[in-house]
Amino acid sequence: MNTPPAERGIHWFFKGARGITSLPAIILMSAFVGFCGFAVEAGIPLGETVFMTGMIWALPAKVLLVGSILAGVSLPAAFITVALSSIRLMPMVAALIPEIRTEKTPTWLLLLLSHFIAITAYVFTMERIRDVPREHRVAFFAGFGTTVTTANIVLVAVIYSTVANLPAMVAGALFFLTPVYFLTSIWASTRDRAGHIAMIVGLALGPVFHQVAPEFDILYAGVVGGTLAFLVDRVWKRRPGK
Amino acid sequence: MMSYAALDAWWWPYVFIAVAGWLATDIWRWLGVLVGNRLKQDSAALTWVRAVATALLAAVIAKLILYPTGELKNVPVALRLIAASAGFAAFLIFGKRIWIGILVALALLIGGQLLLG
Repeated sequence: MNTPPAERGIHWFFKGARGITSLPAIILMSAFVGFCGFAVEAGIPLGETVFMTGMIWALPAKVLLVGSILAGVSLPAAFITVALSSIRLMPMVAALIPEIRTEKTPTWLLLLLSHFIAITAYVFTMERIRDVPREHRVAFFAGFGTTVTTANIVLVAVIYSTVANLPAMVAGALFFLTPVYFLTSIWASTRDRAGHIAMIVGLALGPVFHQVAPEFDILYAGVVGGTLAFLVDRVWKRRPGK
Repeated sequence: MMSYAALDAWWWPYVFIAVAGWLATDIWRWLGVLVGNRLKQDSAALTWVRAVATALLAAVIAKLILYPTGELKNVPVALRLIAASAGFAAFLIFGKRIWIGILVALALLIGGQLLLG
């Protein structure tokens, strides 16, 4: 242990950056090819599509924003649509932060880095963070987050002009990749029983609430499903004879 | 009023995206940091927050499969469900290997479409 701490921080930053070749990052890039095709089809110019990729980063929010633009809604209405659908980012960030920060991590740095948190970064980090020494976890996450975001910004800019020629079946498969990948990787990275119950309940409640309250379906399914899973897990733990 | 196409200035679409896209997503991330900073590891509160996050993601997954956007809309819903379920089953059976699940699901989705013509 004679390397200075700063140098080891850089080492972990690059270890995170190397996550660009991981399965989660590659699948996300495929999903971005699909999104880019959608933006081209919607008539969003190159500059704005690239801008969206970097500024919003969460893929479902971008799809919704493009949908709002196509529908010609006003700025406040588009803001509300995207904001409501993005509430899910809050519990994701809140669950991730205690895993990566130390007592000394400044809040402004976490606020800055939180921009890079979306489903892929969440899954990737939750899967691997236990193998990273705590004092280097922020560096590891920063390396992954900034690299993957930059790579996708470049990717969108490069493929923008050719993506419209994609065969329909390939485009469909690209849209299918994301849910199947999330399904398997979130299950694999969930460590506690409450998480597995939450997954099953959430899958069932999503479509149910979509019928009842289509605008808030994800939010309701998350809060109701998550709370239910939490309570079932508590009761399970307190069973007599355990 | 104030729609994406409302103003004929080059900067207006960028303002639109910054407010309705960037601000609308990052405020939740910032709130998440402030909440997460107060959560202790291995506390019941963190278990609950994580369960809510997982259930939210699961609901997103179900919606992406049942009510998709783009080209996936043209694939019959039964085929989408069978492909996703079989992929997940293969993932569980073969030692939780993610790539096996994805491979099985995509093979069924594309193979099924070719069979259906």
